[in-house]
Amino acid sequence: MDMAFIIETIAKIVVILLVFSALAGLGTYFERKVLAFMQRRLGPMHVGPFGLLQVAADGIKLFTKEDIIPQNVVKPIFKIAPVITAATAFMAAAAIPFWPEFTAFGYKVHPIVADINVGILYVLGIMAIGLYGPLLGGMASANKFSLISAARSAAVFISYEVISGLSLLAPLMMVGSLSLIDINNYQAGGIGNWIVWSQPVAFILFWIAAFAETGRTPFHLIANDHEIIDGFGTEYSGMRWGLFFIGEYANMFFISFVIAIIFLGGFGDGSIAGAFQLLLKVSFFFFFFLWTRAAWPDVRPDQLMWLCWKVLMPLAVVNIVITGLVMMF
Amino acid sequence: MHSEPLNDRNVSEQSPYFYVDIETYPTTSWDKFKQVVKRTFKGELFVGLWVVMREMIKFDIHTVQYPKEKLPIGPRYRAVHKLLRLWESGYERCIGCGLCEKICISDCIRMDTKIDENSRKEVTEYSINLGRCIFCGYCAEVCPELAIVHGQRYENGSEQRAHFVIKDDMLTPLDWLTSGQQAEFPGFGAITPNESVTKTPLAY
Ligand code: SF4
Ligand code: SF4
Repeated sequence: MDMAFIIETIAKIVVILLVFSALAGLGTYFERKVLAFMQRRLGPMHVGPFGLLQVAADGIKLFTKEDIIPQNVVKPIFKIAPVITAATAFMAAAAIPFWPEFTAFGYKVHPIVADINVGILYVLGIMAIGLYGPLLGGMASANKFSLISAARSAAVFISYEVISGLSLLAPLMMVGSLSLIDINNYQAGGIGNWIVWSQPVAFILFWIAAFAETGRTPFHLIANDHEIIDGFGTEYSGMRWGLFFIGEYANMFFISFVIAIIFLGGFGDGSIAGAFQLLLKVSFFFFFFLWTRAAWPDVRPDQLMWLCWKVLMPLAVVNIVITGLVMMF
Repeated sequence: MHSEPLNDRNVSEQSPYFYVDIETYPTTSWDKFKQVVKRTFKGELFVGLWVVMREMIKFDIHTVQYPKEKLPIGPRYRAVHKLLRLWESGYERCIGCGLCEKICISDCIRMDTKIDENSRKEVTEYSINLGRCIFCGYCAEVCPELAIVHGQRYENGSEQRAHFVIKDDMLTPLDWLTSGQQAEFPGFGAITPNESVTKTPLAY
């Protein structure tokens, strides 16, 4: 391994960390604004122009707040749990191509930390490990609400891993590769080649599963404020809570990238226009996360399980079988 | 509509009451499945999405940015009390009768009176314990002189609540009175301040 490669990789990691930490902050700003507008409110208005500096104010608050470790918690696990959430969210980003290759100062840059040949498997696997954040945090918290939340997160994440895995199987069978770059190049021919046209069911299923994996509103029961306070985050304060938060928002961005790359053609043929199209698609999916939060009610945990095992999973399996038959004949 | 038909709570032809049309709950698995399919493809989720999107596009914001904008409050709003002065002479209206102190149900008005050199009763101390006041308005209602009234001042940020309700704070300052800023409480017998309000001559 030569020096240039190590330096380049470290630079990419730092850039991704910084950009997506900042985006997670901005994401909260947009979430507040969009939700506010949809509910005929104004949202943050007072810190900075149009409340833009609210993010900075929140950051200062989170960083300087006292880090309380309650008395009866299991201390090491309680302390490490938020780190797991944030770390796994960012680790998943290693295999996601955020931008097509470009040349800067005569140097060819691949804006992906590691183009491993099992890219999507790695992303899904790492996101699945993210389950340990809420699970361990909730179980170590010595709080009944956190415990309920931990149990729910285990149930929801594991169930919806099945959906996201099975729904991805059909497109992957068509592409014949697990690398996100290969999946992207498979659809490089333009809108007509997007996988969403040949795999609409898989697209919808994966999208639904994405809501469960990020714990967003129709499936927000892991930290459902009106039932279990903040769920696994109830006992957390300061930056530890902030890490959960950054993890959640980073996850939303990354899963949006994954959906856009797998089903909606990604960055297309790699031109600048394609790259901006990718950003547009990602923004749409991120916006949709906020949109549903304003529009839809939460489902009950048992309804969520019911939906997963009795509706979505059979659909996913049928989809795989049909895809296989079509490919065979 | 008259209220009489509403008093008959029995559902019948004449009464305006009717049973809400509730579909029977599905019992068999097949019926449940059909209900799920119907609800899934009815597009209700998209109605919800459309409604919030429509509100966002219309941008019909209802927020009142409070410290900068304020909603008007009703003229009979019961906020922190005020002691008023006579328009014609500028004397304090309170005659120290003690009725307000007596009627106050939370027993929070305290006053001290003495006979001054003109043999008039003079109120030396008058204070309301805002920690106990429930803003019922009885004191203002019982006062025969319309001396104690409720003001419109609802922004009570201070180091001590007592700052609003010692006599000097409640009493209309003299320069306010001369500049016509004393607002009259529009209750029974309230005077309309104009030229017809003149000082009663003492010498007959
Ligand atoms: S408003 Fe009611 S409670 Fe308050 S001082 Fe007057 S009589 Fe007492
Ligand atoms: S009832 Fe009116 S006039 Fe009598 S003491 Fe109270 S404020 Fe003064």
